[in-house]
Amino acid sequence: MERDMTVKSIPLTTTSSGPRKASDLATALTNWRVLLSIAALCLLPWVLPSKALAVNVLVYGVLAMGYNLLFGYTGLLSFGHAAFFGAGAYITGIAIGQFGVPWYGAVLLGIIGGGLLALAIGALSIRTRGIYFSMVTLALAQLVYHVALQASSWTGGENGLRGFTVAKIDVAGFSINFLDPVNKYYVLMVFAALALWFVSRVLNSPFGAAIEAIRENETRARTCGYDVERTKLISFVLSGLICALAGTMSALHLAFVPLDVLHYQTSGMIVMMTLLGGASSFFGPFVGALAFLLMEDVFSLWTSHWQIIVGSIFILFVLFLPKGIWGTFLARVVR
Amino acid sequence: MDAELILIQLFSGVALGAILVITALGLSIIFGMLGVVNFAHGALFMIGAYAGLWVASLTGSFWWGLLVAPVMIGLFGMVIEWLLVRPLYGRSVDDPLLLTFGLSYVLVEAVRIVFGNDGIPFPTPLQLTGVANLGIGYFPVYRLFVIVVVAVVLLLLWLALEKTKFGLIVRAGSRDPTIMRVLGVNISRVWLLVFGVGVSLAALGGVLAGPMRTVNPEMGSLVLIEAFVVTVIGGLGSLLGSVVAGLLVGVAISMTALFAPEMGTIVMFALMALVLLVRPRGLFGKAA
Repeated sequence: MERDMTVKSIPLTTTSSGPRKASDLATALTNWRVLLSIAALCLLPWVLPSKALAVNVLVYGVLAMGYNLLFGYTGLLSFGHAAFFGAGAYITGIAIGQFGVPWYGAVLLGIIGGGLLALAIGALSIRTRGIYFSMVTLALAQLVYHVALQASSWTGGENGLRGFTVAKIDVAGFSINFLDPVNKYYVLMVFAALALWFVSRVLNSPFGAAIEAIRENETRARTCGYDVERTKLISFVLSGLICALAGTMSALHLAFVPLDVLHYQTSGMIVMMTLLGGASSFFGPFVGALAFLLMEDVFSLWTSHWQIIVGSIFILFVLFLPKGIWGTFLARVVR
Repeated sequence: MDAELILIQLFSGVALGAILVITALGLSIIFGMLGVVNFAHGALFMIGAYAGLWVASLTGSFWWGLLVAPVMIGLFGMVIEWLLVRPLYGRSVDDPLLLTFGLSYVLVEAVRIVFGNDGIPFPTPLQLTGVANLGIGYFPVYRLFVIVVVAVVLLLLWLALEKTKFGLIVRAGSRDPTIMRVLGVNISRVWLLVFGVGVSLAALGGVLAGPMRTVNPEMGSLVLIEAFVVTVIGGLGSLLGSVVAGLLVGVAISMTALFAPEMGTIVMFALMALVLLVRPRGLFGKAA
């Protein structure tokens, strides 16, 4: 609501009527973004070459979407989001495998645990300003990695965490065979749909306008009376919660948590996916996850050094297409 | 646990810290001048080690490797600044960081293609093997050598920054590049050179670290994180901060390794968290 008001209250120049007239499609895309995203994701397993790839796009799409809330919309470049993804995955796996918690309880615990970790890391790193933030989040996430490596009696150390296969999901009297890839996709799709709705709801709220105000001009937002630190911290925790959800999805999907989920390479991959798809666009992270995973699949057929190609493409995107695939599409084609 | 063992470990920590100092200093100089966080710093450290090894095996002498590799990689750094980083000035501060992150990805893979995935041992030069008696105990000669080289480089750097005309331009440029342009200084050329010097410091760190560990494509990622921790503790852009924090982290790591080996890496993060709680801008950082 607030955002609509601010947009409408700038009748300063003739140019403001220009984009509004031509952007019916853009408005429709924004208004229906949750349902359209869900529809697109529902089609995914039937379009992509393998069901496994579709599940990965779903998991990493949710992960990048959670990250995008912080990076794209709040303007904070975190290099430590692997920590929350990993925390969600490990806590889910440990809860099921070592404590016999039912899957829904384990998912909930994973999300809460990831959120608490985000609260701790966020509270520390938001004390720093500007470019420090990236370095501190990276270092603190690396701390989590080393703790997981040392606590091998809980996490399995370098071998990763195994032994918590979820074979079936019981919901409201139905028993769904979770080992079937199509069933698995649509069960995880429910989580993704909830995350999409949640993020859209956050972005439409006054809070969503506040984080974008901070991204655009922190000093001005502060002068307007926003509690910038508190807003950043809430955004950090919300972002961590979504990433932890992606972690629990990953754990349920693979029935395995490799130590690598916590490694800073994973954090870097999240950044790449978000930027490739389009930071600060709603559906961009899913496009980015799809683009990254497709490139990985295709290029690794040619060479084991596929990362050199993906890295080069990423550099070209930073230089020439900073809005990413989906962001550029929205800016050039739709408007 | 006798005193001599603690002393030797302390000394190891100083040597390890010296490598951290020189690497973090490169990062800090580039940031202080250009406002760019060079995420490829660790990768360039690693490439420096490879370049040193390569030159040493071509010429048969470690000394050529030590001299030539930092210059080579420094020139390469200047190419990076000119080709990739320069177009990003004036855009968000995050953009150079993202770009150099992508670059580190590419550089690590490129080294894998050329030199393979496995680690390569970097032999300690013959003149620097063995131990020396310093009166209070026996210390490995190579580590002494590392400390001396870093001390000399620090002194040269300090002289260049504080006592030369070029140093004056660099310091003034980090305060206000626009005024420097108005005064007719070609600041782009200064930035090019500063980026080159910063990168060559990383490469020097890599060559010096080579004989203390095996050289492998992954060696840069830990170093990058250590350099980040050092600059956060010391205060980004502060040269004195890099030196003090580098030595502090080096000693902390090696002392912890003596008493609680499994906590070796974790302690530096704990140190960083502590500094952030008490003094978010770092020990020697200026108020924003």
